[in-house]
Amino acid sequence: MSDAVLELKDLSVDYGVGESAVHAVRNVDLTLHRGEVLGLAGESGSGKSTLAYGMTRLLAPPGVVAGGSVLYNAAGEEPVDVLRLTDAELRRFRWAQTAIVFQGAMNSLNPVHRIRTQLTDVIRAHEPDTRPAERLDRARELMSLVGIPEDRLESYPHQLSGGMRQRVMIGMALALRPQIVVMDEPTTALDVVMQRQILSRLVKLRERFDFAVLFITHDLSLLAEFSDRIAIMYGGRIVESSPSADLYRDPLHPYSRGLLGSFPALRGARRELTGIPGSPPDLRAMPAGCTFHPRCPLAFDPCARRRPPLAATSPARDVACWLHATPDTED
Amino acid sequence: MAPEQTTAVLEAEGLTKHFPVRGAGRDVLRRGAAVHAVDDVALSLHRGRVTALVGESGSGKSTVARLLAQLQTRTGGAVRLHGKDVTVHGGRRFRAYCRSVQLIFQDPFASLNPVHTVRYHLTRALRVHGHAGRTARELEEALTDLLGRVRLTPAEQYLAKFPHELSGGQRQRVAIARALAARPEVLLADEPVSMLDVSIRLGVLNLLRDLKEQLSLAVLYITHDIASARYFADETLVMYAGRLVEGGESETVTQSPAHPYTRLLIDSAPDPERIGSAQRAELDEDDLGEPPSLVTPPAGCRFHPRCPHAMERCTTELPPRFEVSGKQWAACWLYDNGSPAPAGES
Ligand SMILES: Nc1ncnc2c1ncn2[C@@H]1O[C@H](COP(=O)(O)OP(=O)(O)OP(=O)(O)O)[C@@H](O)[C@H]1O
Ligand SMILES: Nc1ncnc2c1ncn2[C@@H]1O[C@H](COP(=O)(O)OP(=O)(O)OP(=O)(O)O)[C@@H](O)[C@H]1O
Ligand code: SF4
Ligand code: SF4
Ligand SMILES: [Mg+2]
Ligand SMILES: [Mg+2]
Repeated sequence: MSDAVLELKDLSVDYGVGESAVHAVRNVDLTLHRGEVLGLAGESGSGKSTLAYGMTRLLAPPGVVAGGSVLYNAAGEEPVDVLRLTDAELRRFRWAQTAIVFQGAMNSLNPVHRIRTQLTDVIRAHEPDTRPAERLDRARELMSLVGIPEDRLESYPHQLSGGMRQRVMIGMALALRPQIVVMDEPTTALDVVMQRQILSRLVKLRERFDFAVLFITHDLSLLAEFSDRIAIMYGGRIVESSPSADLYRDPLHPYSRGLLGSFPALRGARRELTGIPGSPPDLRAMPAGCTFHPRCPLAFDPCARRRPPLAATSPARDVACWLHATPDTED
Repeated sequence: MAPEQTTAVLEAEGLTKHFPVRGAGRDVLRRGAAVHAVDDVALSLHRGRVTALVGESGSGKSTVARLLAQLQTRTGGAVRLHGKDVTVHGGRRFRAYCRSVQLIFQDPFASLNPVHTVRYHLTRALRVHGHAGRTARELEEALTDLLGRVRLTPAEQYLAKFPHELSGGQRQRVAIARALAARPEVLLADEPVSMLDVSIRLGVLNLLRDLKEQLSLAVLYITHDIASARYFADETLVMYAGRLVEGGESETVTQSPAHPYTRLLIDSAPDPERIGSAQRAELDEDDLGEPPSLVTPPAGCRFHPRCPHAMERCTTELPPRFEVSGKQWAACWLYDNGSPAPAGES
């Protein structure tokens, strides 16, 4: 595995302060390696978007980073803690190094400008020296990258389908050739042919430009195929982190298993879909012990009382579950 | 594809929508140019059946739903409710139509007004459609009944809530309850679950299936997830670049797709056996081709520039529907004369 480009250490994010604060992200340790595609999956409300915004300092109030650090290692430079950058440093960092495709971004295109204008404006803002013809060429190239016919460059956002708008946003994120690309549910509105196409192009581009991708989604099936590693989030914490193939073939955490059992399969015999019983935890009143225990079919003696730490079961796999605790696991 | 069924509740024939485009780049576009969003679509929805409409992003699925719901005027074709032509706009017959045919949108965040409670949304829908009853008690009963149908119980717990206090799945259920307030015969559900995560998704889909059975609803289920069509729809229709290209019983269409585009769609579905970057590298996405322009759609079969089986005639002649089996049809020259695909499995 290549070296770390971004290291989250003990990151916690709250909404609000004091008694009524919602602890949306709790003590997260996560490393993004150079050139890697890291998947982040979990139910709605588990804190995935909050984690992404927290680590890039894009949190809107009342969101606050309650603790931890985010180390960024640019190639050949001293590591910097993103959370401690000044505003001016941050602006430079954000634009040149990371690009984000926000969840629901398809609704954030400017309705009064043509797609062409919006794309070329982004390029001009960051590379003012480019010529207009050059920018238009880049815009064309980006559109073809995300599978939109060139003649739609002249369209306004409302003239594009939902999936087309989503693809324009992906193209925009890649316009600046960033080091780290964060994508929050970027393909939820797309058919599988298109998803596969965009993801495999993304993977090829990252081989060419060596950027790392944090890919947030609740669609585990595609994630398993395209990411190198997957981290599963539940109630603000990472509960399992494994290489994709291991996670898919042999999920260790009962919650990961539940997520995988919630998909209708296209191939093979029709099987009963199990889903996950119960509902996601209330972040204001987290269950004691393992936060998953009220919904866990395998809960046993220690689960309601003690919280299982995220611990390694093998060099590449971490899980937070008493079923997999080794004798030297500490509370 | 429903031989034993009675007549259709809602039917469309030759349904067409072209959006004019103006003032665009000189190279490709000229005066009178249009986006050919939907061309010659024929479909029929039956009581107690779910029909899935799957297809590429931008292929015209939402436009079909909007045309069926009369939210947009069609360029051509006919829509019939119980065999009667519907071309009315405004007036009592139009309101009656809107009551019978309800549309649920993809985005549960955008479809409810954030400043109003669940009670307000549902009460308003009941009033508009004249099902609010005459007394306060009858209204209360109607509200409880609606929330019960979408399994938001006890009702009191949800009535006072604002949309932002509900999860995505709960919001989508409120949107469904609001549609049911009209006591419709037809439910057009445009990607009702794609914004929801898997654990909630399953609940909403099961709910739709139960409702179809209890209320004998005819449901059009628009989705880009063909695996969910296999599980939840009786019949599946496949759309490509504004046209229907295949249709039939869901299990047949998903397990032995006939049209080359449907095969591409099925082959592209996530496959747990192809995990991680190593194996993945062999899959070359460039083989999958580009979606066509709808301003200047390809002549003949619109799939021909991407089709591995394209023949001479495919580039000039539009393929009509051919029977593939009693349970399936495809608009593809490979099935001319009813002969099975010479190319076999792709
Ligand atoms: N502005 C806010 N104020 C209070 N709580 C918030 C705010 N924004 C988010 N939350 C809460 O924080 C938790 C995490 O939200 P987040 O959006 O990170 O979840 P997610 O995993 O991205 O979910 P989804 O899959 O639905 O996008 C949720 O319980 C949410 O209700
Ligand atoms: N108002 C409009 N003006 C011009 N073109 C439009 C308009 N509305 C839709 N279109 C075009 O019609 C085509 C079909 O759009 P539609 O929204 O029906 O697709 P869809 O199949 O629902 O796609 P998705 O899966 O991405 O939602 C697209 O090419 C779209 O750009
Ligand atoms: S720690 Fe216990 S309750 Fe939690 S996931 Fe493991 S077995 Fe289930
Ligand atoms: S008609 Fe021809 S081009 Fe079209 S799908 Fe069939 S074989 Fe391919
Ligand atoms: Mg999110
Ligand atoms: Mg649509």
